[in-house]
Amino acid sequence: MDGNTRLCTATAAAALKASFGTDGQPGSYTDVDHCDAIALWGHNCAETQAVLWMRMLDRRRGPNPPALLAVDPRSTPVAREADIHLAPRIGTNVALVNGVLRELFYHGWIDETFVGAHTIGVDELEAMVDRYTLEHVADVCDVPANDFAAAAELVGTCDRLISTVLQGFYQSNQATAAACQVNNVHLLRGMLGRPGAGVFQMNGQPTAQNARETGADGDLPGFRNWDNPAHIAELAGLWNVNPTTIPHWAPPTHAMQIFRYAEQGSIKLLWISATNPAVSLPDLARVRRILAQPGLFVVVQDLFLTETALLADVVLPAAAWGEKVGTFTNADRTIHLSERAVDPPGQARPDLDIFLDYARRMDFRARDGAPLITWDDPESAFEAWKRCSRGRPCDYSGVTYQRLRDGDGIQWPCTADRPGGTERLYVDAVFNTQPEMCETYGHDLVTGAAFTAEEYRAKQPGGRAFLHAVDYQPPPELPDAEHPLLLTTGRTVYQFHTRTKTGRIPQLDGAAPDVWVELSRSDAEALGIVDGDGVEVRSARGAIRGAARVTSVRRGVVFVPFHYGYWDRGGSAPTSPETARAANELTLSSWDPVSKQPMFKVCAIRVDRVADDAATARAGSGPADAVGFGPPYDGDARTVAMSFLEGVER
Amino acid sequence: MNLAHYLGLLDDAETGLAAAFRHVADRHRVEPDVVQECRLLAGWSDRHAAELAPFVRRYGEQVDDEPERLRSTIFGGSRQGAWALLRDLHDLYLMATECELSWVLVGQAAAAVRDTELGALVGSCDGDTSRQLKWLRTRMKQAAPQALVVS
Repeated sequence: MDGNTRLCTATAAAALKASFGTDGQPGSYTDVDHCDAIALWGHNCAETQAVLWMRMLDRRRGPNPPALLAVDPRSTPVAREADIHLAPRIGTNVALVNGVLRELFYHGWIDETFVGAHTIGVDELEAMVDRYTLEHVADVCDVPANDFAAAAELVGTCDRLISTVLQGFYQSNQATAAACQVNNVHLLRGMLGRPGAGVFQMNGQPTAQNARETGADGDLPGFRNWDNPAHIAELAGLWNVNPTTIPHWAPPTHAMQIFRYAEQGSIKLLWISATNPAVSLPDLARVRRILAQPGLFVVVQDLFLTETALLADVVLPAAAWGEKVGTFTNADRTIHLSERAVDPPGQARPDLDIFLDYARRMDFRARDGAPLITWDDPESAFEAWKRCSRGRPCDYSGVTYQRLRDGDGIQWPCTADRPGGTERLYVDAVFNTQPEMCETYGHDLVTGAAFTAEEYRAKQPGGRAFLHAVDYQPPPELPDAEHPLLLTTGRTVYQFHTRTKTGRIPQLDGAAPDVWVELSRSDAEALGIVDGDGVEVRSARGAIRGAARVTSVRRGVVFVPFHYGYWDRGGSAPTSPETARAANELTLSSWDPVSKQPMFKVCAIRVDRVADDAATARAGSGPADAVGFGPPYDGDARTVAMSFLEGVER
Repeated sequence: MNLAHYLGLLDDAETGLAAAFRHVADRHRVEPDVVQECRLLAGWSDRHAAELAPFVRRYGEQVDDEPERLRSTIFGGSRQGAWALLRDLHDLYLMATECELSWVLVGQAAAAVRDTELGALVGSCDGDTSRQLKWLRTRMKQAAPQALVVS
């Protein structure tokens, strides 16, 4: 079992575990209100977390505005707002942050007391980053040395720093290693656990945090360590099953490996709930081939007939968020209750009801012969989850539906001792690295090799955080004569994931109706491309077409948004080479050795002009249907839900 | 002094391991993580062999006249699918073990002849070899349940 979180926030979880012992965001969004510097590392916050960005802009437009650093190869709204914008060469994040760390050591911008008392590994880290001088970083990352020095000074001399990290790091080369280096910045400077000082290993979607803590991302529930027999025994006790019932003899099988097993035929049934791998996974031609394989039975549970659902053997209509009850937990650990606004249309049912029905029909039993599943609705499932989370870092035991209804959101851990929840973790700088508590015994961040319990204990972490030292290594795919440019994929604020919902909301879809291909002025000039031209982008995997947008993106870099697929263009796949438009036709199957998050942001490509405009480039394709191909299961009822959503958007 | 002989054995073992990592990367092109890691780890063995060269010269070239024991007996037989990956990684593990043990023994000899330079090289290389072994073990543990039970 794995989650869409694998594509989105697996590296956040991996980096938090590696540095602090368990997953769990140290800071709170209130830190935005207190900080005097914000560093956004590969995080286009304006288009991925618009509300958080408004909070940052409120500070920037108010008294005592915080300084802002943006690291992004594109000139995003965040980069344009920033005091310092670094646009490093794609895939060089580890070199860049190593350089920042070296400046911290060199100038003595270190909280020696904090580092001495609360961290392990400072000598190895200092030795490792020593060679990342200003000149070396300027050379490897191709950033101006003066800008880089100013960025390091901003990070090194502020009093209250918050950092946010997202896909520019997570979906790129050496993902976990790079994200850990940002944690290192905060550990060296003692920038944790107090107002205005915190690191946010963000989620792509605001609600992805609950998938991580409940174990829907392949981890075990409650940040438990699959390699720790005591943790397995706890779960077995909670569920009243034999410990051998719980698969824990090998690391969780990540999404890319699940698809590989399906390709090889050793997985014969895939149940895909509420996500769309036929657009969101890398190398789509391969993904479609696997999903269509005769020996693979595919069940898809979704709101609409997505590209993936069109390839399914069975489709189970599911209810949307406004049609069911449940809690969401966001990136700063705040739990909210989301109530049902309207009934689901037609035969659509909440995902929980579908899974409970499945468990009942399968007649799953506990060790004593009683039904395994002892809950029957969202609130009783929440009560079971509270028992499961008790005593773990993400302790929900003090939260009730009634409290969430009566008041505002509550930040975990929330217990009898801390009924109001917990604004910040690690205020005493005691981290979750005790061998009995930790979620992992750690990995070699270069190879992904797992350490054993004995190796972990020998480090005697005792509540101290790990400073991981990692050398830069180039990405697995680099430009060559045939594919001289590097592709990075990403998002626009108007569309969400694969447009399953936003593509059906005319105002949102109208704002960003089709894919585009963003390239730099100098590359466009060299290729004879002007704004609006129809261009073809080709990699070793496939090709797409779209309209060129000439922007101030870094030279040598091409950006394509990943949202656009084919459900409103006639099916699950392009009907001809001219109609191919999903960015993931191009991307390569490759992933971070630790987090297993696919590398969507480093892919060698070529770009060629094919027509004066995108429409001619797409000659042969019919006009796009703005509202969408494939009616929902019950048009009328769904329209009600859509109207509600529009109301919220306004 | 037989140290020269062991340096020759170690040199052969590292060169052979580098070639074997590349061989496995080429055989399993549809397993991107295996390709990526095997290429990376092959580079480590290349570096070990290169850094060993001055010491092979220092202690005199001594041609290894022992019959090749390992490589001729592994990577054999017909191997398919998930089973092939597991068996190939298993064979790499045996070859890497040969390197690791040889580094330990060369390190003992370096200490006995007070060759601090060779001792330092052992110190930097045998850690890499352990990391190669750990990756292989991790990847095999991941692959084994599926390969041995449901493939």
